[in-house]
Amino acid sequence: MALKMVKGSIDRMFDKNLQDLVRGIRNHKEDEAKYISQCIDEIKQELKQDNIAVKANAVCKLTYLQMLGYDISWAAFNIIEVMSASKFTFKRIGYLAASQCFHEGTDVIMLTTNQIRKDLSSPSQYDTGVALTGLSCFVTPDLARDLANDIMTLMSHTKPYIRKKAVLIMYKVFLKYPESLRPAFPRLKEKLEDPDPGVQSAAVNVICELARRNPKNYLSLAPLFFKLMTSSTNNWVLIKIIKLFGALTPLEPRLGKKLIEPLTNLIHSTSAMSLLYECVNTVIAVLISLSSGMPNHSASIQLCVQKLRILIEDSDQNLKYLGLLAMSKILRTHPKSVQAHKDLVLQCLDDKDESIRLRALDLLYGVSKKNLMEIVKKLMTHVDKAEGTTYRDELLTKIIDICSQSNYQHITNFEWYISILVELTRLEGTRHGHLIAAQMLDVAIRVKAIRRFAVAQMSALLDSAHLVASSPQRSGICEVLYAAAWICGEFSEHLQEPQQTLEAMLRPKVTTLPGHIQAVYVQNVVKLYAAILQQKEQAADVSAAQEVTQLLVERLPQFVQSADLEVQERASCILQLVKHVQKLQAKDVPVAEEVSALFAGELNPVAPKAQKKVPVPEGLDLDAWINEPLSDSESEDEKPKAMFQDEEQRHAKPRAPEADEQELARRREARRQEQANNPFYIKSSPSPQKRYQDAPGVEHIPVVQIDLSVPLKVPGMPLSDQYVKLEEERRHRQRLEKDKRKKKKRERERRGTRRHSSLHTESDEDIAPAQRVDIVTEEMPENALPSDEDDKDPNDPYRALDIDLDKPLADSEKLPVQKHRNAETSKSPEKEDVPLMEKKSKKPKKKEKKHKEKEREKKKKVEKVEGEDLDFWLSTTPPAATPAPEELEVNTTVTVLKTGQEEPRGEEQDADEDREQDLEKKPSKHKKKKHKKDKEERPKDKRKSKKKVPPTDEEAAEPVENGTLDEEPLPPMSSYTLLAENSYIKMTYDVQGSLQKDSQVTVSVVLENQSDSFLKSMELNVLDSLNARLARPEGSSVHDGVPVPFQLPPTIQSIVMAQKLKGTLSFIAKNDEGSTHEKLDFKLHFTCTSYLVTTPCYSDAFAKLLESGDLSMSSIKVDGISMSFHNLLAKICFHHRFSVVERVDSCASMYSRSIQGHHVCLLVKKGEKSVSVDGKCSDPTLLSNLLEEMKETLATC
Amino acid sequence: MIQAILVFNNHGKPRLVRFYQRFPEEIQQQIVRETFHLVLKRDDNICNFLEGGSLIGGSDYKLIYRHYATLYFVFCVDSSESELGILDLIQVFVETLDKCFENVCELDLIFHMDKGPAICRMLFRGSTKSVFQADCSCSHDFRFQVHYILQEVVMGGMVLETNMNEIVAQIEAQNRLEKSEGGLSAAPARAVSAVKNINLPEMPRNINIGDLNIKVPNLSQFV
Repeated sequence: MALKMVKGSIDRMFDKNLQDLVRGIRNHKEDEAKYISQCIDEIKQELKQDNIAVKANAVCKLTYLQMLGYDISWAAFNIIEVMSASKFTFKRIGYLAASQCFHEGTDVIMLTTNQIRKDLSSPSQYDTGVALTGLSCFVTPDLARDLANDIMTLMSHTKPYIRKKAVLIMYKVFLKYPESLRPAFPRLKEKLEDPDPGVQSAAVNVICELARRNPKNYLSLAPLFFKLMTSSTNNWVLIKIIKLFGALTPLEPRLGKKLIEPLTNLIHSTSAMSLLYECVNTVIAVLISLSSGMPNHSASIQLCVQKLRILIEDSDQNLKYLGLLAMSKILRTHPKSVQAHKDLVLQCLDDKDESIRLRALDLLYGVSKKNLMEIVKKLMTHVDKAEGTTYRDELLTKIIDICSQSNYQHITNFEWYISILVELTRLEGTRHGHLIAAQMLDVAIRVKAIRRFAVAQMSALLDSAHLVASSPQRSGICEVLYAAAWICGEFSEHLQEPQQTLEAMLRPKVTTLPGHIQAVYVQNVVKLYAAILQQKEQAADVSAAQEVTQLLVERLPQFVQSADLEVQERASCILQLVKHVQKLQAKDVPVAEEVSALFAGELNPVAPKAQKKVPVPEGLDLDAWINEPLSDSESEDEKPKAMFQDEEQRHAKPRAPEADEQELARRREARRQEQANNPFYIKSSPSPQKRYQDAPGVEHIPVVQIDLSVPLKVPGMPLSDQYVKLEEERRHRQRLEKDKRKKKKRERERRGTRRHSSLHTESDEDIAPAQRVDIVTEEMPENALPSDEDDKDPNDPYRALDIDLDKPLADSEKLPVQKHRNAETSKSPEKEDVPLMEKKSKKPKKKEKKHKEKEREKKKKVEKVEGEDLDFWLSTTPPAATPAPEELEVNTTVTVLKTGQEEPRGEEQDADEDREQDLEKKPSKHKKKKHKKDKEERPKDKRKSKKKVPPTDEEAAEPVENGTLDEEPLPPMSSYTLLAENSYIKMTYDVQGSLQKDSQVTVSVVLENQSDSFLKSMELNVLDSLNARLARPEGSSVHDGVPVPFQLPPTIQSIVMAQKLKGTLSFIAKNDEGSTHEKLDFKLHFTCTSYLVTTPCYSDAFAKLLESGDLSMSSIKVDGISMSFHNLLAKICFHHRFSVVERVDSCASMYSRSIQGHHVCLLVKKGEKSVSVDGKCSDPTLLSNLLEEMKETLATC
Repeated sequence: MIQAILVFNNHGKPRLVRFYQRFPEEIQQQIVRETFHLVLKRDDNICNFLEGGSLIGGSDYKLIYRHYATLYFVFCVDSSESELGILDLIQVFVETLDKCFENVCELDLIFHMDKGPAICRMLFRGSTKSVFQADCSCSHDFRFQVHYILQEVVMGGMVLETNMNEIVAQIEAQNRLEKSEGGLSAAPARAVSAVKNINLPEMPRNINIGDLNIKVPNLSQFV
C-alpha cells in the first residue's frame, strides 16, 4: 500500500515517457480505452506545466495515441509551443506532431506563421529542414501566401539538403496559392540543372507533378527535359521525365517522333525493369499520339508488345501485372498487335492472383465481331468456376461491358446475347441483377427485331421466377424479374402464350418480391390483360375473355393488401378498372379496343444528357424572377423550400383517380395532334407491323422479320453455346460464298493493276450480322449543344494551376514579401524588401554568378520567342548548326566538368564556358547568331576537345569496367598491370602517390622488349586531359613528347575520381632486316586507389578522427567470398594501400590517406559468405569511388 | 504523389500511419483496418499491387505493398508514380531502417562513436532485436525514429531522396545534434526510472514485447 503511494507520487513527479505508455497499453489489453483515457488525463496535466521537456514528452505520447486513432487536435496549441522550443530535439517532436494532426481546419495554425518563418531562416540546416518537412504536411493557403517568398529564397540555399526540400515544398505552395507559380517558376526551372542530383530530382518531381495536371503549359520545357533524359543516369529522374513525356506527347506529336529513338535505345540498353516499363509506356503514349500512317512505327509497336510479353511471361507477378496493364494501353490503338497474344491473356485469366485476373479481363475489351462470342464463352466458363463473388461480379460486369460497348457494335446475334443474359441470371448471389435487367430492357427496347425472342425468353424467366427469387441471398438477381415483367407486358403482342405468362405473374409467391418489382408486375399485368382481351375478342371467344377478367378480379386483391404504397395504389386502381370492364363484359360490350388504348404509344429511349442539352430558347432568362421576391427578407432561404415541399405533398396525396378510357383517348388524340404540329417531333410512317389500328405512328424504323425457323432446343447444352455453334456455321457458309465471289472477282481483276490481298483474314466488316438489326439510338433534342463541358469538374484543385508560364513576368507579379504588420519578425530588413530578381544574383560561387547573369540576359530575349523555339527544336530537319546528338554529347562533358569540382583554368576555361552556354541556349535563335563568330574562330579547337573529352566521361561513369578490361591475370600480389603490348614491347605500370608532393603521382612504367630487335629513340607522349596532365619540363609545349627514360610524374588536379590518360609510345625497332618506326598506343588508368598512400594510424587517433563527425559515410557489401579473413585484409592492404588499425575476430578497422590529405577509414566485417565494408572519408566522391574499386577487387577473391 | 504510407504488423496493429491528405482519425483507422484485411488475404507470392478503389481517392490510386516477416509496408500512390519505382522505394526505406538499427559488432562502438546512445545500449544487450524493444531513454524512440527516417525519404507525399547513404547520413547528423542537446529526457528522468524499477515489486520483470520486432530479409537490390 505504501509502495503504491510512493509509486503514485513518483509518477506524478516524473511522468511516464513514451515507452512506459506503450508498455502500459500492452499490459492493459482488456481495458485499453480506460487506460488510455487515464493517460490522456495525465498528459493534460503535463501539458499544463511550464517545463518544455515535460511538454515535449507529453506531445510525444500524444503523437503515438494519434496513430492509434485518438483525436489530439485539442492539444494543437501545446504542439505549437513545443514547435517553438529552441532545442532541435523538441522542435522535431513538435513538427512531427503537427504534421500528423494539423490540417486546414485547425484554427491555431495561423499562429505558426512567424515561428515557421523564424525556423526557415535559422542558421541550423536541420531546424530549417524540420520546419519544411512539417509545413509540407499542413500548409494552408494563408501559410502558403505568407511564406512563399521565404521558401523561394531557400531554393537557392547553399546546402543541397535545404534546397531539395524547398524545391519539393513549392509544389504544395503552388497548390494552395496558385499566384506564386509564375514568379517562382524561373527559379524552379533553374533547379532542373542544379549540380546536386537530389535537388535536380526534386525539381523534376515538382515540374512533372505540375505538368501532369496541365501539360500544355510545360511543352516549352520539352527540350530541357530531353537533354536531361539523354544525360541523366539517375533512374528515378529518368522515370519521372519519361512519364512526363508520356503526358506531353498527346499535345505535340512532333515531340513523340523525336522521342521514339532515344526511348527505343533505352528499352534496349537498360537493365532496370522499372525504367524499361516506363519507357514502353511512354512509347505507347507516343504511338497513340502519332497518326498510324508512319510505317516504321510498327517496329516500335512490335518491340513494345514483345517486351511486354516478356514481362507477362515472367514468373514475377508484379511484372506480369504491369505487363498486362501496359498491354491494355496498346489495345486502344493497336488492337491487332495485342490480339496476337490472346492466348497469353486467356492464360492469365486462370492466374491465382486476382489483380492479374482483373487486368487480363481489361485486355478482353479488345474484342471484335469475330471473337466476341468466343471470348464471352470463355468468360462464362470462368463465371461458373469462380469461387469468390467479387471476381464473379467483376466477370459479369465485364461480359456486359464488352457486349454493350460502343452501342453493341460487336454483337452480330442478339438472340445469343439475350440468352447469355438469361444464363447470367442463374448466378448465385450476384449484386448486379440490376445491371442485367438494364441490359435486357435496353436491348429489348432498342433492337426491335429481337423483341419476339426476348419476350419468349422473358416469359420463360417469369415462369421460373421461383428459381430466380427463391433464396434470400439471391435477392440481387430478382431485379431481372423487373425487366422480364416489363418486357412481357410492353411487348405482349409477341407473346405466344400470354395467358400462361399472366398466370405466372399473378402467383401468390410474387408478393414476396421487393415492392418496386411488384409494382411493375401489377402495371404489366394490365398490359397483358389488354393484349389477351384483344386477342380473345378478335377470335370472338367471349367466355375466354371473361375468364381472364375473372382471374384478375380474383388475384389482384393480394396486391391491394401489399404494404408497399406504390403496389397498393396501383393494384386498387387497376382492380377498379377491371371490375368496371367486367361489368361491361357482362353486358356484351366489346372492351378490348378501349383497354388496349390505355397503353398505346411507344416509349422511346432518351439520352441521359438530353435534358441538359436542350438549348435555352431565345428571350428566356432563367435567372430572372418570375415573381418579384417578397419584400420581407426574413428567412428567405428556407421559405421557398418549405413551400415546395408542401406543394409536393399536396399533390401526392389526393392524386386523381385514373381517368377513364375516353378521357385518356381524348388526351392521346390531343397529344398526337400536338406532335403532328411540332416540327421537332420525329414523325413516323405507319408500319405494316402495327397492332393497334389507331396507335400513333411511332414505329418509324422499318423492322425486318426474323426467321426463327431453327429449332432451339438442344438438350444438355446451354442456349448460348448453341448460338455459338450456329453462328460458326453461318459464318462458314458466308465465307464460302464470299470466297466464291472473290474468286470470280479476282479472275476479273487479274489483268487489272489493283493489288488484291489473297489472305483469308476476316475483318470485322466482313461478318454480316445474323439479323439485320436497327439499333434505335437514344433521342437527343434537336439542335442540342455539342459541348463537352459537362466532363470538366469545376472543383478540380489543379485547375487553378493552369497558368501560362511562358508569358514574361509582369511587375505586379511578385510574391508577397513580409510586411511590417508582423512586428515580431521585422528584424531582418535586408531580407525583406529586396526585390526578387535581385536576390537571385546572390550566388555563392563567382563563376556561377557570372554565368547566371549572362543567362538571364539571354532569357529576356528568349522568353519572347519561346514558342518558336520549341518549333525549332522539334523540327525534324534542323539547320546544320544544331545537330542534336552532338549537342547532347558535349553537354554531358560539361556536367562532368562541374562534378569534377576543380575548374579548369586559363584559356580552356573560357572556351568551355562559352561552349557550355552555346549548348544550353541552342534552341534560341538569338543566341546562335551571337555566338556564331566565336564558333568560326575556333572550330578546330572545338572539334578536338570534343574528341578528347568523352572518354573521360565514360570512364567516370564506369571506372569498374575499365579496370577489369585493363587488368591481366598477374602473379599474386603484384600491382603492376598491363598497359599495352605489341610484338615488340610490353608495357606494365604502377601508380604511386607521395605525401610530399600533393597532387602528383608517380607512374612507373616497365618496358619489356619481347622481340629480338633493338629498340631505340623511345618517346612517350600523353594527351593531357582536364584533370590530369603530364608534368613536362618547363618550356615544352603540350604536344611535345618526352624522351625515354624520363622522370616526370603526371600532375593530377582532381583525385576524387578515377582518371584516364591516353598516350603513345613511339620507338624505332632495329633488327637484321632494317629498322622500322613503331607506335604503341596506351591508356593510363589512374584508379582512386593510386592516390592513396599507406599511412599507419593508431587506434586512439583513429577513434578521435571518427568522433569528429566530419567524415561522410558509405558502404558496400560483397557476397560469395570464400577467402580467409586474413588473406582478405592482406589483399586490401596491398591493392588498396590501407593499413590495419585494429582487428578483432572477423572485424577490422583500417586506415589510409590520400595524397591530398583525405582521411579514409574502413570497417571491414566478414560474414559467413560475405564481406561488408563501411567507409568514412572526408570526401564522399572519393570514398564511393574507392569502395567501388574495392568491390571489384573483392569480387575476384 | 504518395497519398498515404502505412506500416502495420501481421495482426494489423499500426506501427506507422502517415497520411498526406487530411482524413479524420476514425477514417484513418478504418483505412488501416481495411487495408490490413485487403493485404492479409493475399499470398506472399502474388503481385504487390492492389487497386485501392474506394479506399482512398479513386480509381487513380493503387496500393503498393511489401511484406517483410512481421511487417507490412503499404504505400497508396496515384498514377504519377512508377509502380516498380515505389516497390524500390519501400525497399530503400526498409533497408535504411535496417541500416540504422542493425548489424552492429563490437568495433561499431568505436566506429559509430557518433551514433548516439541507442546503439551503445543495444550493443551491450547483444541483440539487434533490442533496438526496437529497447527502452531507450533518449527521445528517439524507435517509433519516432522511423518517422524521422521516413521524413527523409518522402516529404509531403513526394519522394525526397532515394540514396540510402544520404538518408542515413542526414539521420545520423540529426541524432547527433539531438544528442548534443542532451536528448528529450536528461539525467533526472533516467534516474527516476531506475528508482521506479527497483522499488516496485508488481513491476513486471519480463515484458514480452514480441510483436514489435522487425526482421528484414536481406533482399538483393530490386531492379
